[in-house]
Amino acid sequence: MSGCDGCSAGSVAVLPVSPVTKTSRHVALIGPPNSGKTTLFNRLTGLRQKVANFPGVTVERHTGVAVLPDGREIPLIDLPGLYSLAPRSEDEQIAYDVLTGQRGDIGKPQAVLLVLDSTNLARHLMLAAPVLALGIPTLIILNMADDLRNRGGQLDLAALSAQLGAPVALISARQGEGLDQVFHFLAGAMPKPAPKELPILQDVPKCRQWAGRVGSAAQYRAPAPPKWTRRLDAVFLHPVAGPLVFLAVVILVFQTIFNVADPAKDGVDHFIHLTGNWVASVLPDSLFRSLLLDGVWNGVGSVVVFLPQVLLLFLFIGVLEDSGYLARAALIADRTMAKVGLQGKSFIPLLSAYACAVPAIMATRTIENKRDRMATILIAPFMTCSARLPVYTLIIAAFIPNRPVLGSFLGARALAMLGLYALGFVAAVTTARLLKSSVLKSGRAPFLLEMPSYRWPTLQSIGLRLLDRSVVFLRRAGTVILLVMVVLWVMAHVPLVNGHAPNIDNSLAGTLGRTIEPAIKPLGMNWKIGIGLITSLAARETIVATLGSIYGMDPESNQAGLGASLQHDLSFGGAVALLIFFAFAMQCISTIAVVRRETGGWKWPALQFTYMGVLAYVGSFVAFHILS
Amino acid sequence: MALKRRKKQPGTLDSDFRGAHTETMLQLSGNNSESQLLATLTDLNRGDAATLENIDLPTDEARRLMELGFLPGTRITAGLSAPGGDPRVFQVDGSEIALRRETARHLTVRVDRTKRAR
Repeated sequence: MSGCDGCSAGSVAVLPVSPVTKTSRHVALIGPPNSGKTTLFNRLTGLRQKVANFPGVTVERHTGVAVLPDGREIPLIDLPGLYSLAPRSEDEQIAYDVLTGQRGDIGKPQAVLLVLDSTNLARHLMLAAPVLALGIPTLIILNMADDLRNRGGQLDLAALSAQLGAPVALISARQGEGLDQVFHFLAGAMPKPAPKELPILQDVPKCRQWAGRVGSAAQYRAPAPPKWTRRLDAVFLHPVAGPLVFLAVVILVFQTIFNVADPAKDGVDHFIHLTGNWVASVLPDSLFRSLLLDGVWNGVGSVVVFLPQVLLLFLFIGVLEDSGYLARAALIADRTMAKVGLQGKSFIPLLSAYACAVPAIMATRTIENKRDRMATILIAPFMTCSARLPVYTLIIAAFIPNRPVLGSFLGARALAMLGLYALGFVAAVTTARLLKSSVLKSGRAPFLLEMPSYRWPTLQSIGLRLLDRSVVFLRRAGTVILLVMVVLWVMAHVPLVNGHAPNIDNSLAGTLGRTIEPAIKPLGMNWKIGIGLITSLAARETIVATLGSIYGMDPESNQAGLGASLQHDLSFGGAVALLIFFAFAMQCISTIAVVRRETGGWKWPALQFTYMGVLAYVGSFVAFHILS
Repeated sequence: MALKRRKKQPGTLDSDFRGAHTETMLQLSGNNSESQLLATLTDLNRGDAATLENIDLPTDEARRLMELGFLPGTRITAGLSAPGGDPRVFQVDGSEIALRRETARHLTVRVDRTKRAR
């Protein structure tokens, strides 16, 4: 093709491959977003996959092992979805570095599986030129063969293969069709067509023209527009019906996380208690038993109780994302979110943060824009999560008389609760604006949202996603939380008095509480509350139990009594200050651990913890001084 | 936007490439008084079709749009939108891409067909 030679002559060569490269046994999967790359990866590896972060960045590294029919094992790596190989975003940089062998931890892959959507071949082929130019053995996989057939598209595979100088396979990863060809290639048994001089194009219009020519030479006939997608969109994006469906989905997600996950959470909690009691009954009373039960057991428990929420939220997100509705929901929510500088995809995570910030922060993965994602992670803990409720309830019941404000419709206590919800929301929105107009300003990337065709989610990909998220959560967040719980236990149990744990007032935690008293006195709080603040670092609701044990009573059976004791120690201003402190402060080890994992380092969680802490302190200080 | 940057084209143009559009791209800068048919993407209503003339955005942003199919000379059809018309879905090069108004207004198009006469 003379046109191709012309292209390569007139354009700038990119992708300088560094001479010092290490070849690994890995086979890399690469392809544009929505090409079904991850579905194929799941098909090939099944349960033999694991997730980790690429060191130092927020990009997840999915690796797995494909077992060939002859029993040989081929390690696979699923690279982030990308439209071109020009390294501009973090995702693209990682993919580029892996493919050119510049990442020491992976090495240059021995082969590449390039996954393209066969229903949109001309545009997706644009990625083929730069990938093939890398000189790594490549199989061009045209995915979604079933869609192509059903919608009346077709192409000449042999001609395409000759055009590209690389083997081509037409498959359907969802149906498991044509996978034998992929295995065939991985086994190294696929015949290679004569290599072809390909244009190396940085210029997009030329690249697209080249792709178009290759497509027509392969007699590609584009399929008819997806009928069902058009029909469904007529409802889901209807000016009236669309927002109603959206609202229904939102309410469903919210209700499920609150009303279904909460009993499940209680169930897990109960189970941990039961097994804990059983362990307690077999072990002799000792400090070791206390460490095992109060430290380790409760530590594990405080992690595991979040699992139902994480799983349910990801079940929803999995169905919404894989079916294609999430893109429509993001479209509908976008204008509202744009007002605070965020985008439509931040909506679902922020909504679920009302239940718990932990799954919410994990859910920000659906936001491709790194800055928007970071901003969403940073503001999510301001949303009034369910762990704040016991604290709010205790203090409001103790300090705010239950008198009507708007007749019988709205009482003073309900109003106070609503006010706290609003406070968290306002803090989140203000912080978002602040972040998006300063450090996280989105300069380069315009808001682009590709609307994929609707598809049935497959059980396999949803199941694997749930498994993957639980493992990530339990292993990564779990280790940190467990460690902190044990440290807190030690603080509450040393120094020993006659070989026994001291009263909590005399423990290291108590001493610390007294040490920080000068700092919290301006907030109208005494050292007992101080101990509560320290223990509530583990989880907010812990303060209720701690205060109960400091005041020497069981908080669950004697909440009125605890309230009365608090009234004795706290002024009204102090109580409001405490409420505001809890509304703002990031007192949740699980959240900190998850933020660390999702942002790939301690920088962001440290910043977030400090920011929220300062805000909490200043807010409480101001409230206390106005009210006293 | 105070400063208008234009997409740079590499020096040589091969004969096969549709040079006319490249030149148009370099000449136009979103000034649609020159022709009544010129408009921005935001002027399109649902069902309207137009041909993209020029992307008036910094190189990186323009490139991202082009990778998704928004190439000069390409036919774009306006589709459904979020309530209020922003963002709107556009059918381009076999896919459906939603753009915010703030992005769409930087894309100059030549209107081919309007669903109802305006």
